[in-house]
Amino acid sequence: MEVTLTVNGSQHSLEVAENTLLVDLLREHLRLTGTHVGCDTSQCGACTVHLDGRSVKSCSVLAAQADGAEITTIEGIGSPDDLHPMQAAFRECHALQCGFCTPGMIMSAIDLVQSSDDLDRRAVREGLEGNLCRCTGYHNIVDAVLRAAPQMK
Amino acid sequence: MYQFRYHKPATLEEAVDCYQSAEDGIYLAGGQTLLPTMKQRLAAPSDVIDLSAIDRLTGIEVTSDEVRVGAFTRHDEVARHEGIRRRLPVLAFLAAQIGDGQVRNRGTIGGSVANSDPAADYPAAVIGLGATINTNARQIAADDYFQDLFETALEPGEIITRIDFPVPSRAAYRKFPNPASRYAVVGVLVADFDGRIRVGITGAGPCAFRGTALEVALQGNLNSAAIEGVEVPDVGFNNDLHASAEYRAHLVKVMARRAIADLVG
Repeated sequence: MEVTLTVNGSQHSLEVAENTLLVDLLREHLRLTGTHVGCDTSQCGACTVHLDGRSVKSCSVLAAQADGAEITTIEGIGSPDDLHPMQAAFRECHALQCGFCTPGMIMSAIDLVQSSDDLDRRAVREGLEGNLCRCTGYHNIVDAVLRAAPQMK
Repeated sequence: MYQFRYHKPATLEEAVDCYQSAEDGIYLAGGQTLLPTMKQRLAAPSDVIDLSAIDRLTGIEVTSDEVRVGAFTRHDEVARHEGIRRRLPVLAFLAAQIGDGQVRNRGTIGGSVANSDPAADYPAAVIGLGATINTNARQIAADDYFQDLFETALEPGEIITRIDFPVPSRAAYRKFPNPASRYAVVGVLVADFDGRIRVGITGAGPCAFRGTALEVALQGNLNSAAIEGVEVPDVGFNNDLHASAEYRAHLVKVMARRAIADLVG
């Protein structure tokens, strides 16, 4: 079947099998491998991208369901020379160790900041409930989100 | 995930036609249960019928005595909806506790209620508030709707279109969440309709049910002391790695007490 969608500002029409997941369309068809597959069982959130502006687990969305949608992945929010404030804050706060969960963590954190008014440490931890990190213990991730939040307003 | 045919009908009629002509069709709403289940090959439908393009399944209407939620409404939308937060805050509060942010951005109320997971949150609200389930064919009262584990009064091919929640004078929901999944190990919703009490319980049994003994004890006496002497037998309760049946029976009263405390302090 044909799926037409906008990814990081560019429109693509792709021929995919019906059972193709959004994450596989991104990684295999568009070679956007910044979006990671961690658990593949909808638990870990490493595959989080934005679908029409909201965070979703791209391993739990069919490519077909994203037909006509706007997708933003980690590759679409900044560049090495011009990091998104959330990416910069993750670097400044040392909010990653192995880095595997980081793309999903950052995409969730951006949606969290954009859709919340007042964030405190507890709200950030609750807001990142859908993203697992096995290295950091989350402390520096919370620091990073709270550092980036005022810069994103 | 096995191969399947994908359909995206624009109307309810087309969706039902699609279902009836499929060998083993299934409706897809938010997909937060169905897609993981298919990926594990625990479900292998021949045809997946995506309901997202059907206008009749969307929209929220808030009146003075009822909140009507279109079946395709996502959890996050219920949690943030101004009218629901004002008229039926318990429903917004409940929706905000489902799963995690990404799941709430996709999952729908109709999908949750149609699936009838024993640990889902919405069934406690459907039962506790005495909601009406509207389908493409009829209206079903909450008390007749949930029948067993993942089993409801829906006929094969029937589609939930809207859920109507009567607005109580006050209501509260408390759950003991599984720390990993946030599913309700036990969740209890207590609603007061001008002195008439309803108690909806999820997580404890194969499907959501009314806590009738608790309702009787609380009638005209809405305080946590009133349920001290009520026995909650664990017969037929879920018994799995998350909690024993006995523990769930205990949690029913603890969650009920917390909900009552939210109402009367």
